[in-house]
Amino acid sequence: MEALMTWLEAQLADNSIFTLQTLGYYGEGLVTTVQLVFLSLIIGLVLAVPLAIGRGSRHRWISLPIFLYCYVFRGTPLLVQLYLIYYGVVFVEGIQETWLWVILEKPFVPALIAFTLNTAAYTTEIFRGAIKSTARGEIEAARAYGMSRGLMLRRIVLPSAFRRALPAYGNEVIFMLHASAIASVVTIMDLTGAARFVYARYYAPFDAFLFVAAIYLCLTFAILYLFRYLERRLLAHLKPASG
Amino acid sequence: MKLHKILSLGVFGAALVAGSASAEVRDIRIGVDVPYEPMEYRTPDGELTGFDIDLGNALCAEIGIQCEWVVQGWDGIIPGLQARKYDAIMSSMTINEQRREQVLFSDPYITPPSAWFAPGDVEIGTPSEETLDGLTLGVQRGTLQDNYVTDLYGDVADVNRYATADDMVLDMDSGRLDAVFLDFPIGKSTLLDSEAGDYKVVGKKITEPKEYFGEGFGIAFRQRDKELAEAFNAALATLKENGTYDEIHERYFGAD
Repeated sequence: MEALMTWLEAQLADNSIFTLQTLGYYGEGLVTTVQLVFLSLIIGLVLAVPLAIGRGSRHRWISLPIFLYCYVFRGTPLLVQLYLIYYGVVFVEGIQETWLWVILEKPFVPALIAFTLNTAAYTTEIFRGAIKSTARGEIEAARAYGMSRGLMLRRIVLPSAFRRALPAYGNEVIFMLHASAIASVVTIMDLTGAARFVYARYYAPFDAFLFVAAIYLCLTFAILYLFRYLERRLLAHLKPASG
Repeated sequence: MKLHKILSLGVFGAALVAGSASAEVRDIRIGVDVPYEPMEYRTPDGELTGFDIDLGNALCAEIGIQCEWVVQGWDGIIPGLQARKYDAIMSSMTINEQRREQVLFSDPYITPPSAWFAPGDVEIGTPSEETLDGLTLGVQRGTLQDNYVTDLYGDVADVNRYATADDMVLDMDSGRLDAVFLDFPIGKSTLLDSEAGDYKVVGKKITEPKEYFGEGFGIAFRQRDKELAEAFNAALATLKENGTYDEIHERYFGAD
Protein backbone atom coordinates (compact mmCIF):
# COMPACT_ATOMS: atom_id res chain seq x y z
CA MET A 1 0.00 0.00 0.00
CA GLU A 2 2.78 2.39 0.99
CA ALA A 3 4.67 1.62 -2.20
CA LEU A 4 1.50 2.04 -4.24
CA MET A 5 0.89 5.47 -2.74
CA THR A 6 4.44 6.66 -3.47
CA TRP A 7 4.13 5.32 -6.99
CA LEU A 8 0.81 7.08 -7.45
CA GLU A 9 2.22 10.30 -6.06
CA ALA A 10 5.12 10.13 -8.52
CA GLN A 11 2.69 9.57 -11.40
CA LEU A 12 0.65 12.60 -10.36
CA ALA A 13 3.67 14.83 -9.71
CA ASP A 14 3.31 17.07 -12.79
CA ASN A 15 -0.47 17.35 -12.58
CA SER A 16 -2.19 20.24 -10.88
CA ILE A 17 -5.76 18.89 -10.98
CA PHE A 18 -5.65 15.18 -10.20
CA THR A 19 -3.76 15.23 -6.92
CA LEU A 20 -4.10 12.60 -4.21
CA GLN A 21 -6.57 14.94 -2.50
CA THR A 22 -8.94 15.28 -5.46
CA LEU A 23 -8.64 11.57 -6.26
CA GLY A 24 -9.68 11.06 -2.63
CA TYR A 25 -12.82 13.12 -3.29
CA TYR A 26 -13.58 11.01 -6.35
CA GLY A 27 -13.00 7.86 -4.29
CA GLU A 28 -15.38 8.96 -1.54
CA GLY A 29 -17.85 10.04 -4.21
CA LEU A 30 -17.70 6.60 -5.80
CA VAL A 31 -18.44 4.95 -2.45
CA THR A 32 -21.36 7.33 -1.78
CA THR A 33 -22.86 6.86 -5.24
CA VAL A 34 -22.62 3.07 -5.05
CA GLN A 35 -24.13 3.03 -1.55
CA LEU A 36 -26.97 5.34 -2.53
CA VAL A 37 -27.85 3.50 -5.73
CA PHE A 38 -27.41 -0.01 -4.33
CA LEU A 39 -29.46 0.65 -1.18
CA SER A 40 -32.28 2.42 -3.02
CA LEU A 41 -32.45 -0.38 -5.62
CA ILE A 42 -32.54 -3.13 -3.00
CA ILE A 43 -35.22 -1.43 -0.88
CA GLY A 44 -37.12 -0.42 -4.02
CA LEU A 45 -37.06 -4.00 -5.27
CA VAL A 46 -38.37 -5.34 -1.95
CA LEU A 47 -41.18 -2.77 -1.98
CA ALA A 48 -42.01 -3.33 -5.65
CA VAL A 49 -42.85 -7.05 -5.42
CA PRO A 50 -45.90 -6.75 -3.11
CA LEU A 51 -46.88 -3.48 -4.81
CA ALA A 52 -46.86 -5.17 -8.22
CA ILE A 53 -49.03 -8.00 -6.92
CA GLY A 54 -51.39 -5.51 -5.27
CA ARG A 55 -51.50 -3.41 -8.43
CA GLY A 56 -53.12 -6.32 -10.24
CA SER A 57 -55.60 -6.94 -7.43
CA ARG A 58 -59.32 -7.08 -8.20
CA HIS A 59 -60.05 -4.97 -5.13
CA ARG A 60 -59.97 -1.32 -6.11
CA TRP A 61 -59.07 -0.15 -2.60
CA ILE A 62 -55.79 -2.04 -3.00
CA SER A 63 -55.00 -1.37 -6.64
CA LEU A 64 -56.09 2.29 -6.82
CA PRO A 65 -53.70 3.73 -4.17
CA ILE A 66 -50.82 1.80 -5.72
CA PHE A 67 -51.79 3.08 -9.16
CA LEU A 68 -51.85 6.65 -7.81
CA TYR A 69 -48.46 6.24 -6.12
CA CYS A 70 -46.88 4.94 -9.34
CA TYR A 71 -48.59 7.66 -11.35
CA VAL A 72 -47.29 10.47 -9.14
CA PHE A 73 -43.71 9.19 -8.84
CA ARG A 74 -43.41 8.33 -12.52
CA GLY A 75 -45.14 11.53 -13.53
CA THR A 76 -42.84 14.01 -11.76
CA PRO A 77 -39.09 14.59 -12.18
CA LEU A 78 -36.82 12.90 -9.64
CA LEU A 79 -35.11 16.25 -9.03
CA VAL A 80 -38.43 17.77 -7.91
CA GLN A 81 -39.09 14.80 -5.61
CA LEU A 82 -35.61 15.20 -4.11
CA TYR A 83 -36.14 18.94 -3.50
CA LEU A 84 -39.53 18.27 -1.91
CA ILE A 85 -38.16 15.64 0.44
CA TYR A 86 -34.96 17.49 1.37
CA TYR A 87 -36.01 21.16 1.46
CA GLY A 88 -39.76 20.59 1.74
CA VAL A 89 -39.77 18.74 5.05
CA VAL A 90 -38.18 21.66 6.91
CA PHE A 91 -41.39 23.63 6.40
CA VAL A 92 -43.33 21.07 8.43
CA GLU A 93 -43.86 22.95 11.70
CA GLY A 94 -41.85 21.58 14.60
CA ILE A 95 -40.24 18.71 12.68
CA GLN A 96 -36.87 19.57 14.25
CA GLU A 97 -38.19 18.43 17.64
CA THR A 98 -39.34 14.98 16.47
CA TRP A 99 -37.34 11.79 16.03
CA LEU A 100 -37.81 12.15 12.26
CA TRP A 101 -35.30 15.01 12.25
CA VAL A 102 -32.51 12.69 13.35
CA ILE A 103 -32.76 10.84 10.02
CA LEU A 104 -33.82 13.79 7.86
CA GLU A 105 -31.15 16.22 9.06
CA LYS A 106 -28.31 14.79 6.96
CA PRO A 107 -28.84 14.76 3.19
CA PHE A 108 -28.16 11.04 2.69
CA VAL A 109 -31.45 9.67 4.04
CA PRO A 110 -33.74 12.20 2.28
CA ALA A 111 -31.95 11.37 -0.99
CA LEU A 112 -32.25 7.67 -0.27
CA ILE A 113 -36.00 8.05 0.37
CA ALA A 114 -36.53 9.99 -2.86
CA PHE A 115 -34.52 7.52 -4.94
CA THR A 116 -36.16 4.49 -3.33
CA LEU A 117 -39.73 5.75 -3.85
CA ASN A 118 -38.89 6.65 -7.42
CA THR A 119 -37.30 3.36 -8.39
CA ALA A 120 -39.98 1.39 -6.53
CA ALA A 121 -42.66 3.06 -8.67
CA TYR A 122 -40.90 2.17 -11.91
CA THR A 123 -40.05 -1.36 -10.77
CA THR A 124 -43.67 -1.94 -9.73
CA GLU A 125 -44.81 -1.13 -13.25
CA ILE A 126 -42.14 -3.37 -14.77
CA PHE A 127 -43.18 -6.31 -12.58
CA ARG A 128 -46.89 -5.68 -13.08
CA GLY A 129 -46.42 -5.94 -16.83
CA ALA A 130 -44.42 -9.14 -16.44
CA ILE A 131 -47.01 -10.69 -14.08
CA LYS A 132 -49.85 -9.72 -16.40
CA SER A 133 -48.20 -11.36 -19.36
CA THR A 134 -47.86 -14.76 -17.66
CA ALA A 135 -48.94 -17.41 -20.16
CA ARG A 136 -52.57 -18.41 -19.62
CA GLY A 137 -51.65 -22.09 -19.93
CA GLU A 138 -49.24 -21.94 -16.98
CA ILE A 139 -51.96 -20.59 -14.71
CA GLU A 140 -54.51 -23.11 -15.91
CA ALA A 141 -52.02 -25.92 -15.35
CA ALA A 142 -51.34 -24.67 -11.80
CA ARG A 143 -55.08 -24.52 -11.09
CA ALA A 144 -55.49 -28.03 -12.49
CA TYR A 145 -52.91 -29.19 -9.95
CA GLY A 146 -55.11 -27.70 -7.23
CA MET A 147 -52.60 -25.02 -6.18
CA SER A 148 -53.87 -22.25 -3.89
CA ARG A 149 -53.51 -18.64 -5.06
CA GLY A 150 -50.49 -18.06 -2.82
CA LEU A 151 -48.71 -21.20 -3.87
CA MET A 152 -49.40 -20.50 -7.52
CA LEU A 153 -47.98 -16.98 -7.13
CA ARG A 154 -44.89 -18.27 -5.38
CA ARG A 155 -44.17 -21.29 -7.55
CA ILE A 156 -45.42 -20.31 -10.99
CA VAL A 157 -46.27 -16.67 -11.59
CA LEU A 158 -43.49 -14.77 -9.79
CA PRO A 159 -40.51 -16.90 -10.94
CA SER A 160 -41.50 -16.65 -14.56
CA ALA A 161 -42.44 -12.98 -14.23
CA PHE A 162 -39.04 -12.12 -12.72
CA ARG A 163 -37.30 -13.76 -15.61
CA ARG A 164 -39.34 -11.84 -18.13
CA ALA A 165 -38.79 -8.59 -16.23
CA LEU A 166 -35.02 -9.01 -16.09
CA PRO A 167 -33.99 -7.08 -19.23
CA ALA A 168 -36.30 -4.15 -18.43
CA TYR A 169 -35.13 -4.13 -14.81
CA GLY A 170 -31.50 -4.02 -15.94
CA ASN A 171 -32.37 -0.84 -17.78
CA GLU A 172 -33.96 0.62 -14.64
CA VAL A 173 -30.77 -0.10 -12.66
CA ILE A 174 -28.68 1.83 -15.18
CA PHE A 175 -31.18 4.71 -15.25
CA MET A 176 -31.02 4.83 -11.47
CA LEU A 177 -27.22 5.03 -11.50
CA HIS A 178 -27.38 7.97 -13.88
CA ALA A 179 -30.25 9.63 -12.03
CA SER A 180 -28.19 9.54 -8.83
CA ALA A 181 -26.02 12.30 -10.35
CA ILE A 182 -28.53 14.85 -9.03
CA ALA A 183 -27.71 13.95 -5.41
CA SER A 184 -25.08 16.71 -5.34
CA VAL A 185 -27.77 19.41 -5.42
CA VAL A 186 -28.58 18.57 -1.81
CA THR A 187 -24.89 18.78 -0.81
CA ILE A 188 -24.13 15.05 -1.04
CA MET A 189 -20.56 14.48 -2.25
CA ASP A 190 -21.34 11.72 -4.72
CA LEU A 191 -19.34 11.17 -7.93
CA THR A 192 -20.92 14.15 -9.66
CA GLY A 193 -20.51 16.21 -6.49
CA ALA A 194 -16.80 15.43 -6.52
CA ALA A 195 -16.58 16.39 -10.19
CA ARG A 196 -18.40 19.68 -9.55
CA PHE A 197 -16.06 20.38 -6.64
CA VAL A 198 -12.96 19.79 -8.79
CA TYR A 199 -14.48 21.79 -11.65
CA ALA A 200 -15.31 24.73 -9.40
CA ARG A 201 -11.91 24.67 -7.74
CA TYR A 202 -9.70 24.40 -10.82
CA TYR A 203 -12.05 25.83 -13.48
CA ALA A 204 -11.39 22.68 -15.50
CA PRO A 205 -14.77 21.37 -16.68
CA PHE A 206 -13.36 18.97 -19.27
CA ASP A 207 -10.88 17.21 -17.00
CA ALA A 208 -13.27 17.01 -14.06
CA PHE A 209 -16.31 15.75 -15.96
CA LEU A 210 -14.52 13.50 -18.48
CA PHE A 211 -12.88 11.69 -15.59
CA VAL A 212 -16.18 11.21 -13.78
CA ALA A 213 -17.89 10.16 -17.02
CA ALA A 214 -15.28 7.42 -17.38
CA ILE A 215 -16.07 6.17 -13.87
CA TYR A 216 -19.81 6.10 -14.64
CA LEU A 217 -19.04 4.19 -17.84
CA CYS A 218 -17.09 1.57 -15.88
CA LEU A 219 -19.97 1.19 -13.41
CA THR A 220 -22.46 0.84 -16.25
CA PHE A 221 -20.32 -1.84 -17.89
CA ALA A 222 -20.24 -3.77 -14.62
CA ILE A 223 -24.05 -3.61 -14.36
CA LEU A 224 -24.49 -4.61 -18.02
CA TYR A 225 -22.17 -7.55 -17.52
CA LEU A 226 -23.99 -8.69 -14.38
CA PHE A 227 -27.37 -8.60 -16.08
CA ARG A 228 -26.05 -10.32 -19.19
CA TYR A 229 -24.77 -13.08 -16.95
CA LEU A 230 -28.11 -13.33 -15.11
CA GLU A 231 -30.03 -13.40 -18.37
CA ARG A 232 -27.80 -16.17 -19.74
CA ARG A 233 -28.38 -18.21 -16.60
CA LEU A 234 -32.07 -17.55 -16.01
CA LEU A 235 -33.37 -17.20 -19.54
CA ALA A 236 -31.39 -20.15 -20.94
CA HIS A 237 -34.59 -22.05 -21.67
CA LEU A 238 -35.82 -19.30 -24.00
CA LYS A 239 -32.77 -19.37 -26.25
CA PRO A 240 -33.02 -21.17 -29.55
CA ALA A 241 -31.53 -24.66 -29.42
CA SER A 242 -27.79 -24.54 -30.04
CA GLY A 243 -26.91 -24.66 -33.66
CA MET B 1 -4.42 63.93 -59.60
CA LYS B 2 -1.64 63.13 -57.20
CA LEU B 3 -2.93 65.57 -54.60
CA HIS B 4 -6.38 64.08 -54.94
CA LYS B 5 -4.99 60.60 -54.27
CA ILE B 6 -3.13 61.75 -51.18
CA LEU B 7 -6.22 63.52 -49.91
CA SER B 8 -8.44 60.50 -50.36
CA LEU B 9 -5.82 58.31 -48.64
CA GLY B 10 -5.80 60.77 -45.77
CA VAL B 11 -9.57 60.60 -45.42
CA PHE B 12 -9.43 56.81 -45.56
CA GLY B 13 -6.72 56.81 -42.90
CA ALA B 14 -8.71 59.12 -40.63
CA ALA B 15 -11.72 56.85 -40.99
CA LEU B 16 -9.57 53.87 -40.02
CA VAL B 17 -8.27 55.60 -36.88
CA ALA B 18 -11.79 56.64 -35.89
CA GLY B 19 -12.99 53.09 -36.50
CA SER B 20 -10.32 51.51 -34.31
CA ALA B 21 -10.90 54.07 -31.57
CA SER B 22 -14.57 53.18 -31.30
CA ALA B 23 -13.67 49.47 -31.41
CA GLU B 24 -11.54 49.92 -28.28
CA VAL B 25 -14.39 51.15 -26.10
CA ARG B 26 -17.45 49.68 -27.77
CA ASP B 27 -20.71 49.05 -25.94
CA ILE B 28 -20.41 45.91 -23.86
CA ARG B 29 -22.42 43.32 -21.98
CA ILE B 30 -21.53 42.49 -18.38
CA GLY B 31 -22.21 39.09 -16.78
CA VAL B 32 -23.58 39.02 -13.23
CA ASP B 33 -24.89 36.31 -10.90
CA VAL B 34 -27.94 37.40 -8.89
CA PRO B 35 -28.96 37.41 -6.11
CA TYR B 36 -25.94 38.19 -3.97
CA GLU B 37 -27.05 40.98 -1.68
CA PRO B 38 -26.05 43.74 -1.38
CA MET B 39 -23.62 43.41 -4.28
CA GLU B 40 -26.21 42.43 -6.88
CA TYR B 41 -29.91 41.66 -6.44
CA ARG B 42 -33.32 42.56 -7.73
CA THR B 43 -35.69 45.15 -6.32
CA PRO B 44 -39.24 43.91 -5.62
CA ASP B 45 -40.32 45.11 -9.07
CA GLY B 46 -37.60 43.02 -10.71
CA GLU B 47 -34.98 45.64 -11.52
CA LEU B 48 -31.28 44.81 -11.07
CA THR B 49 -29.59 46.79 -8.33
CA GLY B 50 -26.69 46.55 -5.89
CA PHE B 51 -23.18 47.87 -5.39
CA ASP B 52 -21.76 46.14 -8.48
CA ILE B 53 -24.64 47.25 -10.67
CA ASP B 54 -24.49 50.91 -9.57
CA LEU B 55 -20.70 51.07 -9.74
CA GLY B 56 -20.70 49.26 -13.11
CA ASN B 57 -23.23 51.70 -14.56
CA ALA B 58 -21.26 54.66 -13.18
CA LEU B 59 -18.05 53.28 -14.76
CA CYS B 60 -19.76 52.78 -18.12
CA ALA B 61 -21.16 56.32 -17.99
CA GLU B 62 -17.66 57.66 -17.17
CA ILE B 63 -16.16 55.80 -20.16
CA GLY B 64 -19.09 56.88 -22.28
CA ILE B 65 -20.44 53.49 -23.40
CA GLN B 66 -23.69 51.60 -23.05
CA CYS B 67 -23.58 48.56 -20.75
CA GLU B 68 -26.12 45.79 -20.72
CA TRP B 69 -26.31 43.35 -17.79
CA VAL B 70 -26.56 39.62 -18.52
CA VAL B 71 -27.62 37.31 -15.68
CA GLN B 72 -25.57 34.11 -15.52
CA GLY B 73 -25.22 31.43 -12.82
CA TRP B 74 -21.93 31.42 -10.90
CA ASP B 75 -20.90 27.89 -11.94
CA GLY B 76 -20.64 28.90 -15.59
CA ILE B 77 -19.73 32.56 -15.29
CA ILE B 78 -16.11 32.28 -16.54
CA PRO B 79 -16.93 29.81 -19.36
CA GLY B 80 -19.70 32.26 -20.39
CA LEU B 81 -17.16 35.09 -20.68
CA GLN B 82 -14.91 32.94 -22.85
CA ALA B 83 -17.87 31.85 -24.95
CA ARG B 84 -18.56 35.56 -25.64
CA LYS B 85 -22.00 35.53 -24.05
CA TYR B 86 -20.81 38.79 -22.46
CA ASP B 87 -17.60 40.85 -22.45
CA ALA B 88 -16.96 41.39 -18.74
CA ILE B 89 -17.88 39.93 -15.37
CA MET B 90 -18.73 42.23 -12.50
CA SER B 91 -20.15 39.89 -9.92
CA SER B 92 -18.21 40.09 -6.64
CA MET B 93 -15.40 38.06 -8.19
CA THR B 94 -12.27 37.82 -6.07
CA ILE B 95 -8.99 38.27 -7.92
CA ASN B 96 -6.72 35.24 -7.52
CA GLU B 97 -3.99 33.41 -9.41
CA GLN B 98 -6.12 30.49 -10.58
CA ARG B 99 -8.71 32.82 -12.11
CA ARG B 100 -5.98 35.03 -13.55
CA GLU B 101 -4.92 32.12 -15.75
CA GLN B 102 -8.37 32.30 -17.35
CA VAL B 103 -9.28 35.98 -17.33
CA LEU B 104 -7.82 39.49 -17.22
CA PHE B 105 -8.73 41.46 -14.09
CA SER B 106 -9.20 45.19 -13.59
CA ASP B 107 -7.76 46.88 -10.51
CA PRO B 108 -9.61 45.71 -7.39
CA TYR B 109 -12.65 47.90 -6.76
CA ILE B 110 -13.51 46.68 -3.25
CA THR B 111 -11.96 44.29 -0.74
CA PRO B 112 -14.66 42.77 1.41
CA PRO B 113 -13.89 40.57 4.38
CA SER B 114 -15.42 37.13 4.98
CA ALA B 115 -16.92 36.06 8.30
CA TRP B 116 -18.47 33.15 10.15
CA PHE B 117 -22.20 33.37 10.81
CA ALA B 118 -24.10 31.09 13.18
CA PRO B 119 -27.59 30.83 14.66
CA GLY B 120 -27.89 32.92 17.83
CA ASP B 121 -28.25 29.89 20.11
CA VAL B 122 -25.14 28.07 18.84
CA GLU B 123 -22.12 28.60 21.06
CA ILE B 124 -18.88 28.60 19.07
CA GLY B 125 -15.66 30.15 20.37
CA THR B 126 -13.15 31.79 18.07
CA PRO B 127 -13.22 29.54 14.99
CA SER B 128 -10.34 27.06 15.01
CA GLU B 129 -9.79 23.35 14.45
CA GLU B 130 -10.87 22.64 18.05
CA THR B 131 -14.00 24.78 18.17
CA LEU B 132 -15.29 23.66 14.75
CA ASP B 133 -14.53 19.98 15.35
CA GLY B 134 -17.49 17.78 14.37
CA LEU B 135 -19.74 20.67 13.27
CA THR B 136 -21.57 20.94 9.95
CA LEU B 137 -20.40 24.00 8.02
CA GLY B 138 -21.95 25.58 4.95
CA VAL B 139 -20.23 27.28 2.02
CA GLN B 140 -21.17 28.16 -1.54
CA ARG B 141 -19.56 25.71 -3.94
CA GLY B 142 -16.50 26.93 -5.81
CA THR B 143 -16.09 30.17 -3.85
CA LEU B 144 -12.90 31.19 -2.07
CA GLN B 145 -14.78 30.55 1.18
CA ASP B 146 -15.19 26.95 0.00
CA ASN B 147 -11.43 26.63 -0.60
CA TYR B 148 -10.56 28.24 2.75
CA VAL B 149 -12.94 26.10 4.80
CA THR B 150 -12.12 22.90 2.89
CA ASP B 151 -8.37 23.33 3.36
CA LEU B 152 -8.43 24.50 6.98
CA TYR B 153 -11.33 22.57 8.47
CA GLY B 154 -12.26 19.94 5.86
CA ASP B 155 -10.65 17.20 7.95
CA VAL B 156 -12.37 17.96 11.26
CA ALA B 157 -15.82 19.23 10.16
CA ASP B 158 -18.51 18.26 7.63
CA VAL B 159 -18.49 20.79 4.80
CA ASN B 160 -21.78 21.12 2.91
CA ARG B 161 -21.47 22.86 -0.44
CA TYR B 162 -24.45 24.70 -1.93
CA ALA B 163 -25.17 25.92 -5.42
CA THR B 164 -26.81 29.13 -4.17
CA ALA B 165 -26.63 31.20 -0.99
CA ASP B 166 -30.44 30.86 -0.69
CA ASP B 167 -30.26 27.07 -0.32
CA MET B 168 -27.61 27.51 2.33
CA VAL B 169 -29.65 30.03 4.35
CA LEU B 170 -32.66 27.70 4.11
CA ASP B 171 -30.62 24.82 5.51
CA MET B 172 -29.29 26.96 8.35
CA ASP B 173 -32.85 28.13 9.14
CA SER B 174 -33.94 24.52 9.34
CA GLY B 175 -31.13 23.63 11.75
CA ARG B 176 -29.04 21.51 9.38
CA LEU B 177 -26.00 23.80 9.62
CA ASP B 178 -24.06 24.92 12.68
CA ALA B 179 -22.28 27.77 10.93
CA VAL B 180 -21.68 29.21 7.46
CA PHE B 181 -18.69 31.07 6.07
CA LEU B 182 -19.70 33.96 3.83
CA ASP B 183 -18.60 37.25 2.36
CA PHE B 184 -19.29 39.64 5.21
CA PRO B 185 -21.57 42.09 3.31
CA ILE B 186 -23.65 39.23 1.92
CA GLY B 187 -23.96 37.57 5.32
CA LYS B 188 -24.85 40.89 6.91
CA SER B 189 -27.71 41.61 4.53
CA THR B 190 -29.09 38.06 4.14
CA LEU B 191 -28.68 36.90 7.75
CA LEU B 192 -28.22 39.80 10.17
CA ASP B 193 -30.43 42.49 8.63
CA SER B 194 -33.17 40.27 7.23
CA GLU B 195 -35.96 38.65 9.19
CA ALA B 196 -34.63 35.18 8.38
CA GLY B 197 -34.01 34.44 12.03
CA ASP B 198 -31.67 35.09 14.90
CA TYR B 199 -28.07 35.08 13.66
CA LYS B 200 -24.74 36.44 14.84
CA VAL B 201 -21.19 36.88 13.61
CA VAL B 202 -18.69 34.48 15.18
CA GLY B 203 -15.13 35.73 15.64
CA LYS B 204 -13.46 38.51 13.68
CA LYS B 205 -13.87 39.42 10.03
CA ILE B 206 -11.29 37.47 8.02
CA THR B 207 -9.24 38.82 5.09
CA GLU B 208 -6.01 36.82 5.48
CA PRO B 209 -4.17 34.81 4.18
CA LYS B 210 -4.00 36.40 0.74
CA GLU B 211 -3.67 33.05 -1.03
CA TYR B 212 -7.38 32.54 -0.28
CA PHE B 213 -8.84 36.01 0.04
CA GLY B 214 -6.85 37.52 -2.79
CA GLU B 215 -6.55 41.16 -3.55
CA GLY B 216 -10.23 42.04 -3.55
CA PHE B 217 -13.01 42.01 -6.14
CA GLY B 218 -12.10 42.78 -9.73
CA ILE B 219 -13.92 43.12 -13.02
CA ALA B 220 -12.94 40.20 -15.27
CA PHE B 221 -12.32 40.52 -18.99
CA ARG B 222 -11.08 38.18 -21.69
CA GLN B 223 -7.25 38.09 -21.72
CA ARG B 224 -6.97 39.91 -25.05
CA ASP B 225 -9.30 42.83 -24.13
CA LYS B 226 -6.49 44.89 -22.60
CA GLU B 227 -7.79 48.30 -23.81
CA LEU B 228 -11.16 47.61 -22.24
CA ALA B 229 -9.58 46.77 -18.87
CA GLU B 230 -7.47 49.93 -19.01
CA ALA B 231 -10.51 52.05 -19.80
CA PHE B 232 -12.27 50.64 -16.72
CA ASN B 233 -9.18 51.18 -14.53
CA ALA B 234 -8.96 54.82 -15.62
CA ALA B 235 -12.68 55.36 -15.00
CA LEU B 236 -12.43 53.71 -11.56
CA ALA B 237 -9.59 56.05 -10.60
CA THR B 238 -11.67 59.05 -11.70
CA LEU B 239 -14.75 57.93 -9.74
CA LYS B 240 -12.65 57.40 -6.61
CA GLU B 241 -11.24 60.90 -7.00
CA ASN B 242 -14.49 62.77 -7.65
CA GLY B 243 -16.40 61.13 -4.79
CA THR B 244 -18.87 59.10 -6.87
CA TYR B 245 -17.32 55.87 -5.62
CA ASP B 246 -17.71 56.88 -1.95
CA GLU B 247 -21.30 57.85 -2.57
CA ILE B 248 -22.15 54.43 -4.05
CA HIS B 249 -20.22 52.66 -1.30
CA GLU B 250 -22.15 54.52 1.39
CA ARG B 251 -25.46 53.66 -0.30
CA TYR B 252 -24.89 49.95 0.30
CA PHE B 253 -22.49 49.62 3.23
CA GLY B 254 -23.20 52.71 5.26
CA ALA B 255 -20.53 55.13 6.39
CA ASP B 256 -17.32 53.50 7.65
